[in-house]
Amino acid sequence: MCGIVGLLIRRAEMRASLGQLAVPMLDCMGDRGPDSAGLAVFEDRVETTGLGFSLYCPGGEDDWDALLEQHRQLGGDEVSLDVNADNALLTSPLSPLAVAEWLEREWPGVDVLSAGSRIRLFKDEGHPRDIASRYDFESLVGTHLVGHTRMATESMVSPAHAHPFTAGEDFCLVHNGSLSNPNSVRRRLQRRGIAFQTDNDTEAGCRYLEWRMREGDSLEEAIEAAFGELDGFFTFLMATADKMVLVRDAFACKPAVVAETEDYVAVGSEFRALAHLPGVADAHVYEPSPQTIYSWSVVEAGSTQTTAVVS
Amino acid sequence: MSDSREFDLAATSVRELNQYLHAELPGSDVTRISVQNPNGQHSIGAGLDCPVEVDIHGHAGYFIAGMNKQARVTVHGNVGWSVGENMMSGQVRVNGHASESAGASAHGGLLVIDGDASSRCGISLKGGNVVVAGDVGHFSAFMAQAGTMVVCGNAGANLGDSLYEAVIYVGGSIDSLGADAREEPMEASDVEALRDLLTEAGLEGDAENFRRVGSARSLYHWNAEAHQEY
Repeated sequence: MCGIVGLLIRRAEMRASLGQLAVPMLDCMGDRGPDSAGLAVFEDRVETTGLGFSLYCPGGEDDWDALLEQHRQLGGDEVSLDVNADNALLTSPLSPLAVAEWLEREWPGVDVLSAGSRIRLFKDEGHPRDIASRYDFESLVGTHLVGHTRMATESMVSPAHAHPFTAGEDFCLVHNGSLSNPNSVRRRLQRRGIAFQTDNDTEAGCRYLEWRMREGDSLEEAIEAAFGELDGFFTFLMATADKMVLVRDAFACKPAVVAETEDYVAVGSEFRALAHLPGVADAHVYEPSPQTIYSWSVVEAGSTQTTAVVS
Repeated sequence: MSDSREFDLAATSVRELNQYLHAELPGSDVTRISVQNPNGQHSIGAGLDCPVEVDIHGHAGYFIAGMNKQARVTVHGNVGWSVGENMMSGQVRVNGHASESAGASAHGGLLVIDGDASSRCGISLKGGNVVVAGDVGHFSAFMAQAGTMVVCGNAGANLGDSLYEAVIYVGGSIDSLGADAREEPMEASDVEALRDLLTEAGLEGDAENFRRVGSARSLYHWNAEAHQEY
């Protein structure tokens, strides 16, 4: 099964409540995916000279101080570390490649979950409710987030196999469904030098889309290409620094419901994940059509929706 | 004077409600049930088997009024997947939109959707009647065996794929017909039957202007020479 949730806040004053509104969504979708969960939040960060790296180190509470100290010797005083249980956001002027190589050399037990100027990513094993409380998701503040509750069907249960998956910077994807050709997609990308962390089908889809974008496609163009390349069932919910994008495959076997108001756009696998949201009784509630791209932007003066129909 | 009962699903579980509907309601003096705050929960009113009016106020989840017998259930909102699935008799009405597989496998009774129904509406219909005031999505009436599906709006792709003996009437456009489905002439008996169904569903519609879709019956027997091309 698996559950997906997404929330993009249109009214700026509500961005402080992003986490509070999202936790019941994730908790409710625990019924569809009880084995692991995660979310990616896009924060309004103060201008820094570096990127933010979400780091994950199971049982890593005792290591964070030493890790910060050592990274400051490389990156200087601008390096900071915001610790949240087994997860920490490292802000560093070093490149993603330099950070990854340093971690591999000095801190092999630490995984990089995401990189970017706005994304912060959490994922872990366990019931979504427990993960939300472990990392205090209620306190999250930002413009938008996407989350996932996993019921593993095609690859093992582990924090690395939990969603969201990321590739590149400020891009992530959550998936309900299963791809039937992830191995051939992965092999083709590997021949281009793209490295994979898991054997998971969603990672193949995520890296495919990010590769298309690096080749010059917009996310929407990358998705149109994916309709021809990715075989299988999917409801994909994606986020970039300023967008949330939803798409279902042509057969639309995997559900999604959207609720839109002037204040927010909310996406869930089922309506009951959205039932607690303020004003949802008067929201425009609808089911996204198959093979149609729904894209919502974060803009200061009210957000707009653009929809492209792909034939 | 008939009795009524109200259930608030913000305070009572669906299981408690359904246990009441199954065990205590039949044979009692209660003839009306009102359900508040469904909040998208699943299986509300599944397995009803007595003549009662049930009103669900708000959006409901999956399998609403599934396996219904005798009861008249109205949802004042949208529903998720498989509303009225396996209905045997009675009536289920959705004032809003319905998600996928509305009326799946219904053996009898009438399902009315005042809004649109999504994909696979009336899949495997087995004798029930499904009337949709709006549009239906792709693969509707897939493998429908008996009964009638009425679409007052437009039908999505692959309508009536692998149809058996169910009949489909469409008021609007049809994106495409599925394998073995074909358009057939509207006879006087079709117009009469459709008019009766629209009246029973409480919907307006000019029965003469509907099109009839039935099975070409070419898939009834295995054809080794078809090479899986249909």
